[in-house]
Amino acid sequence: MKRRLQILALLLAVTAVLVWLATGANRGWTKTSVPVKTLDEVTGIEAIAYRQQFVPGVDFLGLALLGAGVLAGVSLFFRKKTTTNPS
Amino acid sequence: MKTILCILTALVSLATAALAGPQTFDFKDPKGVNNAVFKLDATLESINGSANGISGTIIFDPENPAATKGRIVVATASLHVPNPMMKQHLHSALWLDVAKYPEIVFETLELKNVKTTGDTTTADVAGKFTVKGVTQTITAPAKLTYLKDKLGQRVPNQKGDLIVIRATFTIKRTDYGINPSAPQDKVADEINLTLSIAGAAPRP
Repeated sequence: MKRRLQILALLLAVTAVLVWLATGANRGWTKTSVPVKTLDEVTGIEAIAYRQQFVPGVDFLGLALLGAGVLAGVSLFFRKKTTTNPS
Repeated sequence: MKTILCILTALVSLATAALAGPQTFDFKDPKGVNNAVFKLDATLESINGSANGISGTIIFDPENPAATKGRIVVATASLHVPNPMMKQHLHSALWLDVAKYPEIVFETLELKNVKTTGDTTTADVAGKFTVKGVTQTITAPAKLTYLKDKLGQRVPNQKGDLIVIRATFTIKRTDYGINPSAPQDKVADEINLTLSIAGAAPRP
């Protein structure tokens, strides 16, 4: 159990960092939409629409790393499985 | 023949003069390009968002831009920020109280320092700005561009004129009771607003 929790914590931390990096390493807050600007040629106004897109921010990263830390911490409460020698 | 030509010319001149009078421009844009962008500094990153629920009318006379009058309305519920929790806070009673105050309104009082070059007029627009039920008189520098006969290029089978208004100004959120207790070192008091809107005056 101890080892499983530690592996899970490591996986969570690594996945969170990879996802954060892959989506542009946004150093702001997490966003669920991104602005898309298009130019109206007659008026010259830049129209702003929002496209649904998940952009994890530092809050996402922090929460995932905290979760990984909690899992690793909980794992310390489990004892390492000891093998008993039958002889 | 000469007399008929003279009469026709006079009639055309009269008709043109009549058309060039004050026109009512509607800002409910069918293409949905009208927007108001807001920005205020905050911890970690600035709060950037926009609103596209623009409506209202402006009476504009190309021959006398100084006499421009009107009212622009922004639907408070159309304010959007990319972070869902931030948006929830923004719409809440502590911030803009969207449920109780569904509109942000700017009503013109007068235009000062009016300068017109070609189809473009710049002016300092004084008006009453109402947010969250609080009305303050403000002055915002604005640029008005009159686009004669351009409506057909945006809306097929319609004739008429367009007017584009751009304005950038700053307000203080504490002046309007927008979460006045929020610490200003975390969320700035000043909100920068940029308005880019186009209105149409169709002709039969």
